[in-house]
Parts: sequence; C-alpha cells; structure tokens
Amino acid sequence: MWPGEFEYARPASVAEALQLLADNEDAKLLAGGHSLLPAMKLRLNEAPLLIDISRIDGLRSISNNGSLSIGALCTHAEIAASADVQASCKALATATGIVGDQQVRNWGTLGGNVAHADPASDPPTVLVAFNANINIEGASGSRSVAAADFFVDLFTVDLEPGEIITSVEIPAHPHDGSSYVKMSHPASRYAVVGVCVVLHRDGDACSGAHVAVGGATVKPMRSPGAEAALRGSMLDDAALDAAAAALKDDIADDLIGDMSFPEAYRQEMAGVYLKRAVKAAGG
Amino acid sequence: MAVVGKAVKRKEDPRLITGEARYLEDISLPGMAHIAILRSPHAHANIVSINTDRAAAVPGVVGVFTGQDFMDVNPLPCPWPAGGVDNNLNTPRALEVEKVTHVGAGVAAVVAEDRAIAQDAVELIDVEWEVLPAITDAEEATFEGAPQLHENAPNNICMEWDCGDQDGTDAALSSADVVVSQRLRNQRLIPTPMETRGCIAQHQPATGEYTIWMTSQAPHVHRLLFTAFIFGVPENKVRVISPQIGGGFGAKIFMYPEYVLTTALSQKVGRPVKWVETRSENYVATTHGRDHVTDIEVGANRDGTITGLKVKTFANLGGILSTVAPGIPTTLYGRMLSGAYTFPNIYCHVTGVYTNTGMVDAYRGAGRPEATYVVERAVDLVANELGMDPVEVRRKNFVPADAFPYEPQDNLLNGLSYDSGNYEQALDLALEMTGYEDFRAEQAAARAEGRYLGIGLSTYIEICGIAPSAWMFGEGWGAALWESANVRMHITGDVVVTTGSQSHGQGHETSVAQLVSDELGIPMEQVHVQHSDTLGTPFGYGTYGSRSTAVGAVAVWRSVQRIKDKARAIAAHEFEADVEDVEYVVDDEGVGKVQVKGSPDQSKVVGEFMGIATSAAGGWSLPGDMEPFLDETSYYDPPDCTYPFGTHICIVEVDAETGNVDIKRYIAVDDVGKVINPMIVDGQVHGGIAQGVAQALWEGAQYDENGQLVSGTLMDYAIPRADLLPSFELDRTETPTPNNPLGVKGAGETGTIAATPAVVNAVVDALAHLNVRHIDMPLSPSRVWEAIQSHSNGGNS
Repeated sequence: MWPGEFEYARPASVAEALQLLADNEDAKLLAGGHSLLPAMKLRLNEAPLLIDISRIDGLRSISNNGSLSIGALCTHAEIAASADVQASCKALATATGIVGDQQVRNWGTLGGNVAHADPASDPPTVLVAFNANINIEGASGSRSVAAADFFVDLFTVDLEPGEIITSVEIPAHPHDGSSYVKMSHPASRYAVVGVCVVLHRDGDACSGAHVAVGGATVKPMRSPGAEAALRGSMLDDAALDAAAAALKDDIADDLIGDMSFPEAYRQEMAGVYLKRAVKAAGG
Repeated sequence: MAVVGKAVKRKEDPRLITGEARYLEDISLPGMAHIAILRSPHAHANIVSINTDRAAAVPGVVGVFTGQDFMDVNPLPCPWPAGGVDNNLNTPRALEVEKVTHVGAGVAAVVAEDRAIAQDAVELIDVEWEVLPAITDAEEATFEGAPQLHENAPNNICMEWDCGDQDGTDAALSSADVVVSQRLRNQRLIPTPMETRGCIAQHQPATGEYTIWMTSQAPHVHRLLFTAFIFGVPENKVRVISPQIGGGFGAKIFMYPEYVLTTALSQKVGRPVKWVETRSENYVATTHGRDHVTDIEVGANRDGTITGLKVKTFANLGGILSTVAPGIPTTLYGRMLSGAYTFPNIYCHVTGVYTNTGMVDAYRGAGRPEATYVVERAVDLVANELGMDPVEVRRKNFVPADAFPYEPQDNLLNGLSYDSGNYEQALDLALEMTGYEDFRAEQAAARAEGRYLGIGLSTYIEICGIAPSAWMFGEGWGAALWESANVRMHITGDVVVTTGSQSHGQGHETSVAQLVSDELGIPMEQVHVQHSDTLGTPFGYGTYGSRSTAVGAVAVWRSVQRIKDKARAIAAHEFEADVEDVEYVVDDEGVGKVQVKGSPDQSKVVGEFMGIATSAAGGWSLPGDMEPFLDETSYYDPPDCTYPFGTHICIVEVDAETGNVDIKRYIAVDDVGKVINPMIVDGQVHGGIAQGVAQALWEGAQYDENGQLVSGTLMDYAIPRADLLPSFELDRTETPTPNNPLGVKGAGETGTIAATPAVVNAVVDALAHLNVRHIDMPLSPSRVWEAIQSHSNGGNS
C-alpha cells in the first residue's frame, strides 16, 4: 500500500481549485479520499498532483429551499443524519446510512461518490430515482446535469477535466413514501443489487412511481417498465410481479456480474428487491 | 484461592488494549533500509531476463537484487513430505531464478532508504517473461495434456498417499444396503491474520551473528531451518525474535522466501533491513489453506449403521511447496476420517498436486477441518438417503463411552488411539440447549408458510496436541515434536517461566501463570511467562495443532514438579526428616509450603525455601550434594495426541427468494478436557466458530483460468464480521485425557473444525423438502438460490 509520488495542494476556494486544475494536467481532486486513495495505494491510479478540496468553505451544507441542496463535501454520515434529507428524501438518508461502514460514512463525500461512479455504490441509485441534478463548476462557468445523464457507464461520468462538482440538488418532489434496499456484498458491503422506489398514492392505489436500480447494472438506471406496471395498480402481488418482470427486462442489456454474483442472479434479485423496496416505501 | 479453572483476566491484555504492545512494524533500527519485492504477475512463466538498471538509478536505492545473487543460499526445505511414499519436492528459493509457478512469486528485490522509494524502484525493474499456460484445478492438473509445472513431477503430482483398507472398504460398499456418492469441494481459504508477515534482519560482521525479528509462530523452528538447512551455520549465529504477533492461524509457522531474502540482504548490504508485506502481497504470497476436491462413497445398512467410507481426494498444494504442505492433507486428514464413529471400513487416497496457484499449507485446523467436513457431511448424506434423523444416525455409529481408548479401524491412526470421550453426553447437552424436538416442530410449521428453516449438527472429534515424536517420524515429519519449559524462582521471589512454544493470541502468559500459581502456591502476579525469543528460551517446536497446553504446559508442570521435589529435599535436610515424609502443600490462603507430614509446625513457606535455595536467606543450609537455586527445565514428549470432541448445532433460515443464509442460533458444546481458563477457551471457540462459519458461507479464494487471484483484496474476499453472526451459546463437558497429568486436550482449533459442516448441514436441511442433497461451499446466496431454483419446479421436484 505505497502510492507513487505525488504533489499536494489545498486550495481555499473553488476558484483556486479550478485554477490548480487548469494549470496541472492529470491532477486529481481529493475530498474524502475513500475511492481515490485505495486505488492509488494499489497503484491502479496515479496523479502528479492531488488537489485537496476538503476544506473549501461552502461546499458542506445542506439546505432545503423548495429543492434540497446538498454540498458536494457533505459526508455520507452528515446526509444520513440530516433532518431535511430524512423529511424530503428518506431513501437518500437510508442509502447514505448504509454506505460502507461508519468510518467510510464519516469521511466519504457525496461529491466524491458520484464522481467516482462505482456501479455498486448506493447513493447514485437514489439520485437517479429522484431526478437529482449534479451542479458543476468549470473554467467556463457552471452547469447542471441530470443524474440520469451524469452517470454514463462504469466509473464514467459527464465531468470534464477541469470541472468540480459543487452540489447535488434534488428538486421538490412531493411523494408518499420512498425507500432504498440493497443486497450487500459480504466483503465490501457494496450493493450486489440496490433498488430505490418513490411512490405516489391515491388512497390505496399507486398513482405513480419512480424506480431506479443499481449494483446489478453498469450504472444506476430508471425502469420505465416497472414504473408503468406500478402506476395505477393497487400494489398487489400481481402488480409487483409485473413490475419485477418489467424491471428485469429493462436491465437485461446492462447487467454486470462476477464469480460470486453472476449477472443472471443479480437480474433476478433486482426483481426481488424491487418488491421489497415497494413494501419498504409503504406499498 | 486456586486460579486454575477460573476466568482470570488475561495478563497480556493491558499492553494490547493500550497500544503499548510492539509489533514487527513498530520496530525500527538505526541505519535500517527497506525492502520491496518484485513479484510475478504471471501464474506460470519462464524468466528470460531481468534488467535492473533503471531501478538501480533511482535516488535512495541501496541495491537491486535478483535470484542470481542468492545462488549460494539453499532452497527452502520441506521437512514434512507425506509419510511412507515418494514425494516430488519443489520448494522456493529466496528469489526465483528460472521460472515462476504462481502469481506473487518473488523474482527481484530493491533495498532503499525508505519503503516508498523501494516500491517506486520495483516498478522500474524490467523482466522479460515467457508466459506459459496455467492450470489451477488440482484434479484437472493431473489430466493428460495439462501444463506441466515441474520436471520432477509428472502430471503435476507431488505425491500419492493412502491409508486404511482399500479391499475391505470396497467389499463393505458392495454389500451395503445403500451407498451414497458425493463430490465435495473444500474450497481454498486465505488465512488473513490482522497483521501481515514481516521480517527485520541485522547482521554483525565481526561475529557473523544474525538477529532476526520476524512474524513467527515457531521461532525455534525458524532458527533451526535458517541454520541447519538454509545458511549452514550453527544455532548460536542466529537469534530469532518473534515480537507481538497479530494473529497467525498457521500461516506464520512456515519458512518463507522473504525471511531468507531479508536475512541474506542484511549481510549483503551491511545494514539492518526491513520487509513488511502489504495485504495484497499477503494474499498472493502467504500460504492459503484447504483446497480439496473429494469424492466420497459411504455405505450403510438400513438401520443407519455405516459400514464403509471411501474417500478419494485431490489436494491442491499450490505452485511450489510451503514448509509442511504435503503433511497436512495426508496424516492430518486421512487419519482422522473415522470421526467420532466406529466405521468398520475406511479407505482414503490422496493425490497431492501442483497447480499455478499460491502455496497451500496448514490453516487453523489443518487437515482436520477437511476430514471433519467429509465425515459430518457423509453422516448427513446417509441420514438423508435413509430418511433417518441425523441425530439417530450419529448415535448409531458413535464410539461408545466405554470403548476408550479406541483405536479406529484399519490401522487408520497408525498406532495411536482416541484417549477419552463421551460423545453422547455432549450431543445430549447440545440437543437440550437447542430444544431439538421443538425446533423440528417449528421447522415444519415454517415450511407450511414457505419459510425455510434448517438445523445442522457436527458431532466432531479432532486430533490435537500434535506429537508424539516417534509417531510423527513415521508420518514423514523430519523432526521431533516435544515441547519444553524452564521454570526459575528468582532471588527476589518471582517465578519466571520460559517456554519453547509461542503465544500469538492464545493467552499462554495467563493460563501458564495460572497453572504455576496453583502448583507452587505463589500469586499469579509473581509468575511471568516469557517466550518468542530463541535467546533465553529453551528449544520448542512452536504453537500450532492446539499443542501449547497439551504438550507445552505439561513441560511447565514437569519443571514445577522438579522444583517441588527439590524444595522437599531442602526441607527434609532442614528438619532432619526423610524426604519421603516431606510434602509440598498449598494452604487455604494459596501459600505454598513444604512441611513434614503430620507436623505442620515443621514447615517452610515458599519464600523461605526459596531463600534457602538461593542462600538469600543468609547462612548455608543446603544438603551437601545439592546445587543451589531452583531452576528446572523439562522436555516433554507425550505418549499420544489428545482428542477433543463435542457437538455443534447451527440453526439457519434460508431466504427462499434470495438464497441468503441467516444464522439464527449457534450452539456449541465442546469437550477440551480440563479447562485452565474458561474465558480463554471461550475466546478460542468464538474465533474458531467465526472462521468455520465463514468457510461455509462467505470465504473462498477465486482464481481465474489464467491463475490470477480474483479475490485478491478484502473488497472481494469476505472474512467473517461480528454483525453477520449471532451470539454463540456455549457450554462444555469435561472429560480429562489420561494422556497427560493435567488432563488437558487443546482448544485452539475446535471451532473451525466443528463449525463448517454444522452450517452446511443446516442449510441442506433447510432445503431438504426440495430434495436438495448438497451445495458446495461457500454457500453464497447465488449458489443457494440456484439450488432452490433447480429443485423447486413450482414446489414439486
């Protein structure tokens, strides 16, 4: 666990960090360090310069002014404990509360998490389900990308060199229950499959649903088929079976697997966990 | 005031809890340089050339070395080939010279001013490889056309060994009412101690002496291997020190190439040098355990009497042999296949095979978990086939309590016999703790609701206190296996015990102090147990095979008896009595004294006779022919091993939708003979169960077809965690062994030996109504789910 040689800088502002990025090709941003540093120690990743943004003011607050805004440097533990997040996006509080272990949650940040885009990570699935936007600043100004577009592929996101994620914004989305459930890998606790469900109810009926799945797929994905199957249903067994079947179809071309958890198994489990997620969301 | 049998807090713990204990990584010597090793990225390759120029040019690099620099150092020895058969031995060198047979084999090394520089320079060593096809499965490696690893091992076979009676077993199987056949895979495990391996070596040119700090479970054996086998120097030239050790589980018994490399480099560069492996290195370069492919046939009569067990095993030994690799899947495996039962016919054939995988050697339990898995699965398979309760099949075949000493059939144990036992008593207690009948009712009710509950038993025995020397010689072991202890009463009144065995988590400093305290009548606080430094401790074979108490503590006891005899002689002289009339007693206050029988006023308490013996009491009143001081050393070689036993019961719930296994309860009744410290025994059992459960459910080294270790980090390789386990429900029966004066058997490995089949039997039981008969380990959710799917067919199989 000996990383290659690197330089280190600790800017005090986003502007200073952007300048360092502009001046140093191949520099990498360091926030919580829980994805980047292990990769560097294994020499799977290297950077001539690490730009430590962890102490930049203003990137570590959570606010709710209609939409929920979470600073990129908020740790998983801070998000899980936030009353605002628990009130308006319970599934995100759940997901950030079961990322890794307590030490990981105390250091790992939401911005770093989404930038890394590990397909087995928990929060991105929730962000996709809630139509979150990723707010980004760069030399040419700021932009905002929908989470569904931001996550492009395995460990690949819509983020240019020289750009910094500043916050994640979850638009106001009145709903009647949300959940995130996952099967954890026994070693890493990463999601073998993770499902987020957001429910809208009209009495006992389901008037609409957002369904996103991660862990089993190359990136977190919405399932239009599952959402259609739930919409207008009474969330009875037949509806859940139909939604699970539709979800499995929707992800069939995007599955990932390994020796312990093959693709076909993860696909099946996505259906099982969808049902569990609906129940956990009050369905 | 006796402390033996009490849960005395461990003397070791204050330094461990406060962080004061010094592990190898905490040690730094003036002028010390650091080593990094270039390891093979290929599982099977010839080394065409190595160019070290770019690495040598890195500022801060002291030197770059290849295998060619160590041709004057002998290859590592393999002192335990399989007994009684030919072994095609291939062992590592300090650095490999011509070819590599597994990923992680060392081929070059950098010595630098610090570890980071050394690692940077390693990346600049250029090796030209000729990559060869790889093979990782032990059985497939013996097939025609498989890649060949070693010239002296045709078909990659290191050795073929058998035990028992082949013809008799074949006859028994052909006349049995039922015969069940099953292939069982006992998957490869990675020991994963918290502390990885490391070594610091210092050479003194003036005297030619080496001081070697190393992560060792057996410092005297390491010194012996360094001196007699590798460097060819006498023992006084090498001092081995094992600092605080952060877990071993067997993996720190062995001589490794890096220890030899570090020691040789200290002489070459003329500075102290340090090597500490990373976790990634630990996973590819430290030994693994298990990895058997086994076909069993077990025959039984309709009443559940098992009439024959035939076992054919391919044991994966890795790409090259670790120190005692061939001994583990032979003696410590085949000879245990009678389990707790009176099987009348047994035969076992083992093929030890080279494959392009990491070295395989003893891992906690070492052969005995593999054997217990075979036996306890076989019994359940018979029960399943006959539609009998697995409890009843066990009772039917148990060695009865009045049959001890019991010699397993077909000379399976090669002359040894089970010492003592009451297997039904332990089973009954465990069943009572479990509420077995109530559980069966609960299980039936749950099945009606579509919930899969299961219960599994493991009525195990084990062989521990590994010895006696004469027997082990017959088993191919190239040394003895006695243990030693010195007990010395110092002038200021404290007792110092030095042992040849080594403690790396077992709590010797406490349990041995308890024993000496009670025997001599001296407070435990005044008894100090020292170990782990070859300078100042008598030679011993080290800590493994649950032998430090059953063999090592007996040596302590014998030294204490000699001291007591000498104290009696001093008192006899003092009181002008016959020594036979003087007794050593410990009074109600826990104070030891020698007194004339029937005349308590004619006595000397422990401080007094110590004073006389050392002349610190003033005056000189020893018998004329007696040497002063109380200082006795014993070397103890037991007549037989010891045979702990017990019943472990696991209750699981299998998630019918996901295949996930949740352990609801775990009940363990162990009989380890007399118990010195029940808290320490409980701790050993807890850790052992966790590791045994982990093999059943989570752990498993995975190689791809190119011999790359896919499960190469803790992100991929699942070790047990507390939050995945229930609170264990433990109890004990106590059947002393007649084989040693303490009645102790050994407790270090029972958990790992017992737990694995208990869990697998429970999961299979949970799915028995689907006609699932067996699932290979680890019972990952996907495997269990597949078993459910392939047997369900809508509920009809």
